[in-house]
Amino acid sequence: MLLNNRHLLGIAELSPQEINTILDLADKYVDLNRETERKGQRLKGRTVVNLFFEVSTRTRGSFELAAKRLGADCINMNADGTSTRKGETLIDTAMTLNAMHIDVLVVRHSASGAVKLLADKVNCAVINAGDGQHEHPTQALLDALVMRRRTKKLEGLNVAICGDILHSRVARSNIFLLNKLGARVRVVAPLTLLPKDIDRMGCEVHTRMETGVKDADIIMMLRIQNERMEGSFVPSAREYYHFFGLDRAKLNLAKPDALIMHPGPMNRGVEIDSEVADDIHRSLILNQVEFGVAVRMACLDLLTRQLMSNQRLQDAAQ
Amino acid sequence: MTITGTKTAYINARLLDPAAKLDAKGGVIVENGKIADVGANVGTSLASDIKVIDVGGACLAPGLVDMLVHTGEPGNEHKETFTTLGEAAAAGGVTAIATMPDTDPIIDNVAGVAYIDRRARQTKSVKHFPYAAMTVQCQGKEMTELGLLAEAGAVGFTDGLNTLGDAKLLRRIMSYSRSFDLLLLQLPLHPRLAEGGLMNGGEMSTRLGLSGISSEAEALQVMIDLRLAQATGARLHIGPVTTAESVQLIKDAKAKGVNVTCSTCPHYFTLTENDVGDYRTFAKVLPPLRDEANRKAIADAVADGTIDVIASKHHPQDVDSKRLPFAQAAPGIVGLETLLALSLKLHHENKVSLLNVLAALTSKPADVLRLPVGRLSKGSAADMVIFDAGEPWRISNDKLHSKSKNSPYETLPVQGRVKHTILDGRHVYDSTKIANAA
Repeated sequence: MLLNNRHLLGIAELSPQEINTILDLADKYVDLNRETERKGQRLKGRTVVNLFFEVSTRTRGSFELAAKRLGADCINMNADGTSTRKGETLIDTAMTLNAMHIDVLVVRHSASGAVKLLADKVNCAVINAGDGQHEHPTQALLDALVMRRRTKKLEGLNVAICGDILHSRVARSNIFLLNKLGARVRVVAPLTLLPKDIDRMGCEVHTRMETGVKDADIIMMLRIQNERMEGSFVPSAREYYHFFGLDRAKLNLAKPDALIMHPGPMNRGVEIDSEVADDIHRSLILNQVEFGVAVRMACLDLLTRQLMSNQRLQDAAQ
Repeated sequence: MTITGTKTAYINARLLDPAAKLDAKGGVIVENGKIADVGANVGTSLASDIKVIDVGGACLAPGLVDMLVHTGEPGNEHKETFTTLGEAAAAGGVTAIATMPDTDPIIDNVAGVAYIDRRARQTKSVKHFPYAAMTVQCQGKEMTELGLLAEAGAVGFTDGLNTLGDAKLLRRIMSYSRSFDLLLLQLPLHPRLAEGGLMNGGEMSTRLGLSGISSEAEALQVMIDLRLAQATGARLHIGPVTTAESVQLIKDAKAKGVNVTCSTCPHYFTLTENDVGDYRTFAKVLPPLRDEANRKAIADAVADGTIDVIASKHHPQDVDSKRLPFAQAAPGIVGLETLLALSLKLHHENKVSLLNVLAALTSKPADVLRLPVGRLSKGSAADMVIFDAGEPWRISNDKLHSKSKNSPYETLPVQGRVKHTILDGRHVYDSTKIANAA
């Protein structure tokens, strides 16, 4: 089965079947990545460009590895190093890249909706690697894969997403995905870090960890940036840790076998205590990093297959 | 003085318990600092080991709860210490106070709240509950650690005389406070509009050549606060209110379900801008004394219950802070000791029932603060005031227990006098004993 869209811009436009297609394929790549010989040929001759307007190490590295393991040529373009600095508009950048005949463009941008704007102007496939506070679809997919491999199914799972929901694209993509696959989502944060009407996106709202993580199967912690804890959204890091940081005492309120996730990078001692972050029985944080590569391989694979079939259709039409 | 284990019966009293809507003859039995029994039948048949105090038909009510109090300590001990504050409270029949955080240093951290708590426990004549600042240093820039401060014992959050005017920050503080269901208090004065103002803006300020604080400076801030409380669901207390317009705005907001309460002070229903007279600095207060129409509206709003609470806004200022040109004089009125008698004017002159006046002084402020005080129920702490509602006397500043004597009511004849104030079963004030000693 192929995907319905040429691009992967967000979880919101994927059907549950499409999500499962990606996860099923990613499952195979997880196993392949654990072999000694990891290099494949599926994307031989293809070009993947990572276009990052916002700094990233793990996501960009993960996409680069994924592309290379599939045999593609991959280059990284940072916003700092491109002509955007010289005043080029986003659309001009897109047109320029388009003229180079690339196959997949992986884009991260600080403005919500910017990746969609760019995708509308190019002939290649575009993967959203995070746009503003909107979506980060591959993160939600890899989180789902981690949960699925560990708990067998997502349906009926109690997932508590805790922390800076307001500014988080990871939270939004996860809420979309978990709802589509039948999990029960709760968000836990002070009201200053919860966007308006979040309950209408299909989640239960909690403002205290004590009630929010109660009987949870999965606790997903989000990163909170330092500048948001200086009396603007939250009074201080100390207060945040006291009420919203995940430590052993709060973890004990969840199910006895509850698992911990974090999209990284972690602020130890702010949103999560090192004791629980490093608990090998409970923490899935390193699995998230590992499976990220597999999920991105699956996405690149499926989108390029799609390109092939589109090209065949075009050839047939001529 | 009661000794642990002994029982004391207060009999032949007019029991007034607003929370229970009780106004009847009867008595109270106090045991181990708690109310063991209360009602009409108490006093009819008593065991022989009970100490009996016949109050001679005087009113017996819960001790008053004063939710707006400024103290001199820490930082201005020459104006008021916790000891003199406690004595003034006891003399006024007040058994619980909540104090403002804009002291020196400002109470905006956990250590500050712990300090107030420790010092207050040493003062055994009043129960003392601290507010903490809602922004760091009351500067209106960054939120304080509301959650940790509440855990440390802060009963509410306010920047005191510095109304928080930054709507964006106020909104965030309201949202954040709601996560912990905390009480926020705002003085209703738009900081920019009230800036530099000295008295009510109107004919009087024009004649005196003093810059005015118009009534819209209050109304506008009330509108902002109410609208944000409506949007966020925050628990808001606005006080003191001084104008008819504010009262109407709050009344409408309450009807819409906004989680708001409000208070006023005796000086807003007993005095007007005319009392500023010849630049009398004792009548300088924030918000300012208003005109006669507003004074009347405030009295009516207390009578009909739109204004929930009467608080003294006790604000001690020493002679050197008041004996200055009007513009330079510090604002404030000492009010703990005149709170009851001035509030009873509403009963004597405006025909408000004694129970309704007392509700605004006891159970309602206790409910706003969510404190287990202000009621005469079995098992609750024996915090009580025994007073003669009709006894006439003249206010005399020299006789105030407060360290500062800045009352504008010198020589005013009033009715209603505190006889005994009882805290956890202990007599912390006895007017008759003092009379005997003299």
